[in-house]
Amino acid sequence: MKVLAYFRSLASKFFHRSQIADEMEEELRSHIEHRADDLQRAGMNRADAERQARIEFGGQERFKEECHEALGGNFIESFINDARYALRMLRKSPGFTLTAVVTLALAIGANAVVFAVLNALILRPLNVPQPESLWAIERKASFVDPSQSYPDYLDIRERNRSFEDLAGYTADEAGLDTGQNPSAAWIAMATGNYFDVLRLQPYLGRFFHASDEHGPNSAPYIVLSYAYWHSHFQDDRGVVGRVVQLNKHPYTILGVGPPGFHGTLLFFDIGLFVPIVNQEQIQGTNELNARDSRWVFMVMGHLKPGVTPTQAVADLNSIGSYLEKTYPKEDGKMEFLLARPSLYGDYLGRPLKAFMTALMVLAGLILLAACANLGSLFAARAADRSREVALRLALGSTRRRILRQLFTEAVLISLLGGAVGLWGSVVLLRGMSVWRPVPRFPMQLEVNPDAKVYVVAVLLTLASGFLFGAVPVKQVLQTNPYEVVKAGSAAATGRRITARDVLLVLQITICGVLVTSSFVAVRGLARAMRSNLGFEPQNAMVLDTQLSMAGYRGDKVPVMQKRMIDALAAIPGVQSVGLVDNPPLHESWNPSNVFTDQTTDLRPANAASEAIQCNISPGYFQAAGTALLAGRDLTWHDDKRSPRVAVINQEFARRIFGSVAHALGGYFKLPDGTRIQVVGVVQDGKYTSVAEIPHPAMFLPILQAPSSQTFLIVRSQRDPQQLAAAMKSAVRKLDPGLPFYIQTWNKKLDSILFGPRAAAFSLGVLGVMGAMLSITGIFGMAAYSVSKRMKELGIRIALGARREEVLRTALGRAFQLLAFGSAAGLLLGILAGRVLASMYRESAGNPLVLGGALLTMLLIGLVATWIPAHRALSIDPLILLREE
Amino acid sequence: MADQAQLLPGTLDLLILKAVSLGPLHGYGVLLRIGQISGRALLIEQGALYPALFRLVRQGLLKASWGTSENNRRAKFYELTLAGRKRLLEEVEGWNRLAAAIGSALATRPEEV
Repeated sequence: MKVLAYFRSLASKFFHRSQIADEMEEELRSHIEHRADDLQRAGMNRADAERQARIEFGGQERFKEECHEALGGNFIESFINDARYALRMLRKSPGFTLTAVVTLALAIGANAVVFAVLNALILRPLNVPQPESLWAIERKASFVDPSQSYPDYLDIRERNRSFEDLAGYTADEAGLDTGQNPSAAWIAMATGNYFDVLRLQPYLGRFFHASDEHGPNSAPYIVLSYAYWHSHFQDDRGVVGRVVQLNKHPYTILGVGPPGFHGTLLFFDIGLFVPIVNQEQIQGTNELNARDSRWVFMVMGHLKPGVTPTQAVADLNSIGSYLEKTYPKEDGKMEFLLARPSLYGDYLGRPLKAFMTALMVLAGLILLAACANLGSLFAARAADRSREVALRLALGSTRRRILRQLFTEAVLISLLGGAVGLWGSVVLLRGMSVWRPVPRFPMQLEVNPDAKVYVVAVLLTLASGFLFGAVPVKQVLQTNPYEVVKAGSAAATGRRITARDVLLVLQITICGVLVTSSFVAVRGLARAMRSNLGFEPQNAMVLDTQLSMAGYRGDKVPVMQKRMIDALAAIPGVQSVGLVDNPPLHESWNPSNVFTDQTTDLRPANAASEAIQCNISPGYFQAAGTALLAGRDLTWHDDKRSPRVAVINQEFARRIFGSVAHALGGYFKLPDGTRIQVVGVVQDGKYTSVAEIPHPAMFLPILQAPSSQTFLIVRSQRDPQQLAAAMKSAVRKLDPGLPFYIQTWNKKLDSILFGPRAAAFSLGVLGVMGAMLSITGIFGMAAYSVSKRMKELGIRIALGARREEVLRTALGRAFQLLAFGSAAGLLLGILAGRVLASMYRESAGNPLVLGGALLTMLLIGLVATWIPAHRALSIDPLILLREE
Repeated sequence: MADQAQLLPGTLDLLILKAVSLGPLHGYGVLLRIGQISGRALLIEQGALYPALFRLVRQGLLKASWGTSENNRRAKFYELTLAGRKRLLEEVEGWNRLAAAIGSALATRPEEV
């Protein structure tokens, strides 16, 4: 009850504040009048008596304040007071307020966005039970690769003692026919124990289990992901038990997965899950016994309780050495690593983690810079208000009270900025969450902010408010009211280097680093786009399909492919058509070991090189715009009955044969011992990424190396949309049941460029922010220095100083700091650029990058000092000297 | 005024309670009463009285009501509540104990040790 009463009194004080104040006023007046009455009785006249009474009473305002404090509820009240006063002060200088709020909004918004992405990608665990003990097994080959062959998977699963169980899966596209028009769906071919290993429970129906597997094609079952069931089956609960056609084979829908589960890759949405033993029906080939074909995308499982990752790796490596010894031909070096399954293991996980961490650090630095900047702006303001502060101190205000006032102002600004920034970032993140960067693929990243993001944003907001609010504290504590009121604000004297200078240099340095890094990124990207890809994506369309989706098998595949090529080539305006099973810069590639003709022991260790293998149709080079440098193109006569031939690229010729001239007519061997004669050499190209070093590549004729994976490159000057429509009807006429996808080749390349582009974009945004911060920082400092030295500058002008002398006096310091900070920033930027060099193949040492960064810093300096310089030059000494 | 003693911290509240215990008073009246009963030996800053009065009201030791003073002016009168009266007794007792202790301590002569 007491507490209640307290709050009621608090509330009544709070709401009847003016009434209380009035009463207090009246009481004090009554006191003074009573005293005056006494003094009057002692012989003073009334006016003198009242004056004397007031003097005796002392500082009325101070006592009133103390009375309020004595009444309790003072904290809130004085906070409201402070806030009201702060708002008034902020409204009086809208330029300052706007600058501060925008700066903070940008800085906090950037932090919130980066943190939300970091949170979604790295901090938030996978949406399965006990994700902390779930690990994927990676192979340490020429690059880290989680893929395994199916027999190796079985061996690892049976022989290891570290995992409770191991599941494997691979992703692919399949044609799903529910009775209406067939559509392509993304499927995961998973081992029978997949859902049990992940410890998932079905939302509807049942999952398939290890007990459902009885050899190849024995388990024609489908489990739908929740999202796929929702979007394609409209939440129809009757779907369980239905039989649908998958790649023209009857499959039974067993059940629906739990909400939120879409496979174990964070950014890839799987629609259907089918047992991996049915590979032959889905992909057209049976590789369940092929130890040299590493087509199982990832193998993963929960570690047994008490087993550490290190122990597990040792266990796996002992299995690896067994496999090496037992299958020297198929299994080369078998060393293993453990990685999280959600980000494609270390292949994507490690660079992504490094990049996100770097981005987070950069965002943090930006916020720090913003705080430094606002701190110095605040300090400048506090100095400008030194008269006000001195007056308040002289009138009996405590320093604590004045500091609280300043902090209120700082926190108010930071709250405003934080609110705007958070709002902006939420809008941005919502957009990012529904954005599909590569429309061809079900790639989507859920980055909607959760509670963690909000908490971080609010904490950052408050922390930054207190951080920059704390800058002028010392200044206020040292204010001597009498000196200030007497002498006016004196120009700063004493120390040559102030904390403010250091802050500014720091900030310019940070800006320099950001500007340099973003130049590296942007230029690297631009160069990558212009670099010789080894093919011409302009004026080309790509039709991509998987013939197995429509049930084509074996010999029927090349026949259908030939018919498709002919049909597309017949479209008016089409210059050339070519087929490739694995186009350059596709999301996956197919490396294979190659051996010199002399090698007889074909174990991986003896391989002459790894080469990218593409199976192509005649005319592919022409359609792709790849130049044939020597020899001949493949023809339709290079079929099963004629000798095996290949076209290779320059790098292949150089590495295996020494030169193009030697390569022509020469032979090399594939891991299965096939001898292949080189009949032609084409130019090098980019195959895996735009930043790669030249890779050997070989092009085999589809009639000798068939593949149902089909990419048809159609070169034409026609309008892409019309052409796409024509292509569509041409293929539909051949087989209405074949799902396919058409896009321009440029569009298709977007996906491979997405990473570098996103990185360059984020760096660019950060660079722009850094530049903005630097501008405000230098501007604040320069403006402050000019207004502080108005009098001095006026005298100099009156004494006949020239314009450049005035400028040197007014802005020399600002430019010194700028030069120093820029130099440090560029230097650090060159170091930081080394990190980026791996992604962009561009170093910060490049003169163009350095020149650009320097020019940018100079421009920043010019923009930032323009107004103060103008002000310094337009000083009229007469007016100035008269007024001060 | 030079011979007036500074108040010990915390004693103002006690003096106010005592002054008001002798009959309801307004603020200025409290000041006069303290002057009168202390033989004008204590220096009290006039304004400093009010925060103390407000504090005592908040603690429920005094209650205040508006009335008319002997000068025929509107004034706020303070009187002791029951709790105030109890507190005064405790404080007086505490003070006496303290004063006696300090007095006897200060009166000690070297040969008594």
